[in-house]
Amino acid sequence: MSAVAQPVPEVTGRPVPLIEKEVLGSLKAAFGSKLTDGKVLRPRHLAVSIDRKDLIPLCTYLKNTLGFEHLSCVTAVDWKDHFDSIYHVENYYNGCMVQVTALIPYDDPKIASVTGLWRAANFHEREAWDLMGVEYEGHPNLERILLPTDFKFHPLRKDFAQEVDRQYITRRKLRGGT
Amino acid sequence: MPEFWINMGPQHPMTHGLWNMKVKVDGETITDAKPEIGYLHRGYEKIMEVREFQKNVVLTDRLCYVSSITWSHAYCLAVEKMMGIETPERGQWIRVIALELQRVASHLMWLASYGPDLGLLTGLLWCLRERELFLDLIQLMSGARMNQNYPRVGGVRNDLPENFEAMCKRSIEHFLEKVKNEYPQIFQESKVFRMRTEGVGTISAADAINWGVTGPNLRACGVNVDLRRLDPYETYEEIDFEPQVWHDGGAGDSYARFECRFNELNESCKIILQALEKMPKTGPYRVKPPRRAEGEGYAKTEDSRGEALFFVIGDGDDRPYRVKIRSPVFCTMAATPQLLRGNKLADVVSILGSVDVCVGEMDK
Amino acid sequence: MSAPLVPNLFAVCKVLVAAILSIVQQLIYALSGPIPPLRGLGDFVGSDPIVSIVTWLIVVTVVVLWVTVINLFTIMWVERKLYSRLQDRYGIMISVWSLPFWPFNRVHRPTHKGLGYLQNLADGVKLIQKENITPRNADSAMFHISPVLIASSTLMVFAVLPWSSGFYVANLDLGVLFMLAAFSLAPLGIMIAGYAANNKYTLVGGFRAGAMLLSYSIPMVLAVIALVVSTGTLDPVKIVQQQDHPIVLLGTALPIPAWNVFGPQVLGFLVFTVSMIAEMERVPFDIPEAEAELVEGWTTEYSGMRFGIVFAFKWLRMLAASALIAILYLGGWSGPVFATLSVGGIPVPIVPEEVWFVLRVYLLSAFFVWLSWSVPRVRIDQILNIGWKRLIPYSLLAILVAAAFRVIG
Repeated sequence: MSAVAQPVPEVTGRPVPLIEKEVLGSLKAAFGSKLTDGKVLRPRHLAVSIDRKDLIPLCTYLKNTLGFEHLSCVTAVDWKDHFDSIYHVENYYNGCMVQVTALIPYDDPKIASVTGLWRAANFHEREAWDLMGVEYEGHPNLERILLPTDFKFHPLRKDFAQEVDRQYITRRKLRGGT
Repeated sequence: MPEFWINMGPQHPMTHGLWNMKVKVDGETITDAKPEIGYLHRGYEKIMEVREFQKNVVLTDRLCYVSSITWSHAYCLAVEKMMGIETPERGQWIRVIALELQRVASHLMWLASYGPDLGLLTGLLWCLRERELFLDLIQLMSGARMNQNYPRVGGVRNDLPENFEAMCKRSIEHFLEKVKNEYPQIFQESKVFRMRTEGVGTISAADAINWGVTGPNLRACGVNVDLRRLDPYETYEEIDFEPQVWHDGGAGDSYARFECRFNELNESCKIILQALEKMPKTGPYRVKPPRRAEGEGYAKTEDSRGEALFFVIGDGDDRPYRVKIRSPVFCTMAATPQLLRGNKLADVVSILGSVDVCVGEMDK
Repeated sequence: MSAPLVPNLFAVCKVLVAAILSIVQQLIYALSGPIPPLRGLGDFVGSDPIVSIVTWLIVVTVVVLWVTVINLFTIMWVERKLYSRLQDRYGIMISVWSLPFWPFNRVHRPTHKGLGYLQNLADGVKLIQKENITPRNADSAMFHISPVLIASSTLMVFAVLPWSSGFYVANLDLGVLFMLAAFSLAPLGIMIAGYAANNKYTLVGGFRAGAMLLSYSIPMVLAVIALVVSTGTLDPVKIVQQQDHPIVLLGTALPIPAWNVFGPQVLGFLVFTVSMIAEMERVPFDIPEAEAELVEGWTTEYSGMRFGIVFAFKWLRMLAASALIAILYLGGWSGPVFATLSVGGIPVPIVPEEVWFVLRVYLLSAFFVWLSWSVPRVRIDQILNIGWKRLIPYSLLAILVAAAFRVIG
């Protein structure tokens, strides 16, 4: 905690309409070549895909220039041939949410940590490491958070055994359909 | 006397739920804190990949068992966004009523546990007495008091019964009178209560946003963010209510968090009464969702404790490929070392109680 | 104006004991017909030293039973019922009709809708039959001795406490001083208990208890000093006698009795009452036993009847504190005797002094219970703040005011 009282951010609490197109436009202008994919999904929601090495510059731009101060969550997804680390970042000033998807190759599951920008990522990245095995470089304290400290596996991966019990498969599927 | 670590938990009458808080004390002052969670980890995200979309509502109810409708609703909203379907209007209004009833019940449970934490055991019984009113309403609406399995992907399970509106108005009128007259006598107007909660556990607004604190905890720091206003879902745009933000100076202490959450009781009752007026009297309350879905959907809702976010990815099968649950208490737990540092050991209960921990959603 | 039911406890008990021992003596004389050596035993049994010793034992037993059995159960019942009603519920309802054998187990009667007086006895029996666990590395001698210390020091208070102008075991000239001193021995027991249990929580609880109790003893004693300035004596019977007349103001007798609280001692009364709430470890000052943070505080490691002793003596300390406040400030046992019956030549007052005293004690205790269950507890540093920075100056002011009034008139 700093000794000087920081000013409380002036938020109106109401969303700004059509803000997502502006945000997408400024992101494309700043990072055009590096964005593998950028589109508006819904009002106030846009999604952007990048490679893992551009994560920190993009996040710094989002936080410092565009004012996206709130990191909602960090998700890790196992697509069997690559990992995804998805960041949901929110802007309290205009109610816009940016979904940043960073691609990570399967055999080298490491990516830079954003705890330097948003300290909220601390627990989320620990959970992603714990359950999925994606390592976040630069994290101050990367250890297991939900599972016991001596647990050897990363359970959320698709190759971790999942008991597919008969009761969860519909009869149609059992008979060979879809 | 040297500093030593004290374990507050996992078996402790104060920590409501099963988690451990290690605090390092120097005499009576706390110098460091380390929360240890995961005692209640049930592997939700893995289980939900095996069950079909609708069957997962049974699981999401039990994430935070004190406020189950809000969590199941968030999940259903995420799946609906992914599938691209929308609930009919009467269904949306019924959802709003259910959510606000559940929010009041959850806040009353918090208040019932906050009083005894500070030594005010009468608060437990008074708040639970009022909570019975709302549990009766929820039972009338959905058939169960807890873990109701009420929201459906595409609407709600059943329509409101005929006598619901009359009983709702009567219960809310009785309750609002209690909130205005009886509760302030033992909470706000009690000098000892204010002595215990004012000035402890302060966090500045910038720190709170950086650590990911949301909900009443963030509004207590003076930041006017309520997801029902900032990113409206369901029919919240048509309802007139005030997000309770702490405007005076000295923001971010336990008393501010208490006041913000306490005043939400009033606001939720206003929302319920308005919804009962404004909802269409007849109409469909549910649409049938497709069995299979592909895509991604996320839903951000204002849960009783903060921002609950569900992120669902489907790959064309009849069950989700990946479900991510973002729990507000999980993020606030990361900020607790900062909240606790510098305060006295006796303030731990005051601070952690005002933060409103529910271990079920924290540990998934 | 007021009259006791038991004018002198020793005399009453001596009469009874002499009667019983004379019956025993006659029995032994009758038996000594066939067995001549028993005659000497008969003489011995009826002799004065034996009667005195047995009278002493009976007096002590009567007072201990009166305090710990009758008064303790009643005050526990009063507290549990009162705070339950504050919380909008019935409270304890197990009574004699809940017993599972004839004639109480009638079929069409609800078992648990009784008065609830026997609940505390049931709780005591439950605690007796529990296992007494001692923590492994605990200091065993100290761990076992501290409930004894707390219990015995509290019972010492009742040895000197008069319940009317005749119902006491001993009436010392320095009675009030003795009672305050015995009351203040309990912190020693509490700190020993907190240290000896080999548990960080109890250690913290014991430290807090020690700090709070020692720092609140000071304004307590200072308030009594202010009182002594105007009464001039520490004898509880004399202090009550001084309050037994109506106030005389400017030559006319008002209908208000001259209790010390209605005079210049009112500040001392407030200081003494607040200090006593802290000494009794009741909410708002019950940080040593703050169950939300420290489980049970310094009593965490006690199980079974040891915990029962410590817990029950908390109520006895409340009785002792209320009794002290009643004697010192509220007129003790003075009150009108509305009529006097004559039973076999012995005058029996209808409303004797004991009844007035017990009424005052219970009303004060009810007030403490009401306060406890309506207010949150205060943090330890705020408690010490209040004790040192507010109560001590007020009590010194009370001494000044009492001295000024003594000088004036």
